Amino acid sequence: MEILVCARRVPDTSENEIALNSAGNDIERDELVYSINEPDNYAVEEALQIVARVGGSVTVVTVGSEDDEEILRREMAMGASHGVLLSDDAFIGSDGRGIAAILKSFVAKGNYDLILTGVQAEDGAAQVGGMLAAMLDYPFASLVNSIEVLDPKKLKIGREIEGGNREISEIDLPCVLSIQTGINEPRYVGMRGIRAVASVPIPTHGVSDLGIDPSTVGDAGGKVKRVDYFVPVLGKGAEMLSGSREENIDKLVELIAAKGGLN
Amino acid sequence: MPRIFAYVVHKGGIADDSAAELLAAARKIDPTGSVTAVVTGFGPNLDRISESLRASFGEVWKIANQSLDYPNAELIRKALVKVLPSGCFVLIPHDHFGIDLAPGLAVKLNAAFAPDILDADGSMGSNLNVVRQEFGGQLSAHVRCDVLAGVVVTVRPGAFKPAGSNPVVGLVVDKSVDVGPLSAGRRYLETVAAEAGDVDITRHNVLVSIGRGIQEKDNIGIAQELANVLGAAVSCSRPVVDAKWLEKSRQVGSSGKTVKPKVYLACGISGAFQHLAGIKGNPFIVAINKNPKAPIFQVADVGIVDDLLEFLPELTNKIREMQSVSAK
Repeated sequence: MEILVCARRVPDTSENEIALNSAGNDIERDELVYSINEPDNYAVEEALQIVARVGGSVTVVTVGSEDDEEILRREMAMGASHGVLLSDDAFIGSDGRGIAAILKSFVAKGNYDLILTGVQAEDGAAQVGGMLAAMLDYPFASLVNSIEVLDPKKLKIGREIEGGNREISEIDLPCVLSIQTGINEPRYVGMRGIRAVASVPIPTHGVSDLGIDPSTVGDAGGKVKRVDYFVPVLGKGAEMLSGSREENIDKLVELIAAKGGLN
Repeated sequence: MPRIFAYVVHKGGIADDSAAELLAAARKIDPTGSVTAVVTGFGPNLDRISESLRASFGEVWKIANQSLDYPNAELIRKALVKVLPSGCFVLIPHDHFGIDLAPGLAVKLNAAFAPDILDADGSMGSNLNVVRQEFGGQLSAHVRCDVLAGVVVTVRPGAFKPAGSNPVVGLVVDKSVDVGPLSAGRRYLETVAAEAGDVDITRHNVLVSIGRGIQEKDNIGIAQELANVLGAAVSCSRPVVDAKWLEKSRQVGSSGKTVKPKVYLACGISGAFQHLAGIKGNPFIVAINKNPKAPIFQVADVGIVDDLLEFLPELTNKIREMQSVSAK
């Protein structure tokens, strides 16, 4: 089975406090730690496990710039056969649909049986996989947390629905699936593995290779634009205990007792 | 102002809570216009939901089709594309169904897509301005959508408070014949219920809940010891289950359990909305997190910025001391 995984390099929210820059139009990007978007990493692991069972190969693709090659190499160190970078000045500022359109033109050049994405990236939009499927007229399923290959033209999949229940369906290939975290246990990638693929060439494709009309992607083609970022104020906000640890513990014990939490 | 449609999710003929929230979101976008509900399904359940929606929507479009008896997003998308007028606004809940349906619907309607919105301004000509969150809720963003060709919006559950009912007597319009036969490349087989776990976290008054901040499986003992002295259970957020450190039955959230404790100790939990959706009954929430910007601090009653791996053992010791004193 030929599997394509669409991945993205994002600021790692488990490693960073995300702060607003002074202009308020972007996040403070100095000293940010970037990594592969976590659900995408699960998608690559799932692709590798499918290929280990039924044969085939895994290609990882991303839309971005040279900086994003690091995640392609990381996933190649995991076992992906190929990494591909889709990069062009015309792609900068693409909205979700722009990214999906760029990926669609890359998919059209290949012969993939199965296309995986992570369920969502740092913007929480959960949109690219579903848009890509619609553009390709392929079946789609989101929040996938199990995949079984039934035959060369059909999968049995589980989706995560409310309350920990799972919705089981059959889906025809080729299709697009967005992968939920927890579907597998992604393998560890050591420095040694990354060094081993450090000099593997990564092909790069731009608008002309992909046959994309530049006016349909990037800033120019987008219908959805972020105007600014701001710090949200959702609730009334917690009463912050800011004494010494000992003082905080004393106060907390008092509060928990008052709320009936100490029996 | 373009016509606004709200896709109403229902089960057994009863509307999902999201229906009233979509109506509230629609009023925010267009305070004066009428909102049309769209429902799909088959048989008496569809008739019942269509009838009940007349009380809150000016018009109810119903699409009856045997293949829509189970809500398959691909079939529903095809049905909607056949009946919705071009340039309209479509509101859909941002849940497992909306995530399945909405992005592809936006593509097929050639409309803008505004996913997971928390707020909206009144529509200004060709633009709709919405508020979203990024980075797991650490930052919000104003987003401008060009809606000249329409827009598909998914609405975050719980973000729009249902307004007091504004009774109407809506008209039910049967759109079934416009849809015709439908087929999909994805076919529903069955629903597998969540497995019951060793501990039922929904029955506890106090929960010590852990998130990514617990860092490794071996540290769960620290939370369990605190739970032991409190007579509490240990629950968790999604990353702990993803890492296979605790069973799925311990997970609090929209894809896990809904809990109603009196006291909820959120330890190393960032506070993603999917997690908060599982905490009901307005408990006293204590947040302990070393990231002062963690969104959990916005919804907690009390917050402490500290390293939980050091804080929790000291808290446990303190409670133990008090208990041994009072036992004497």
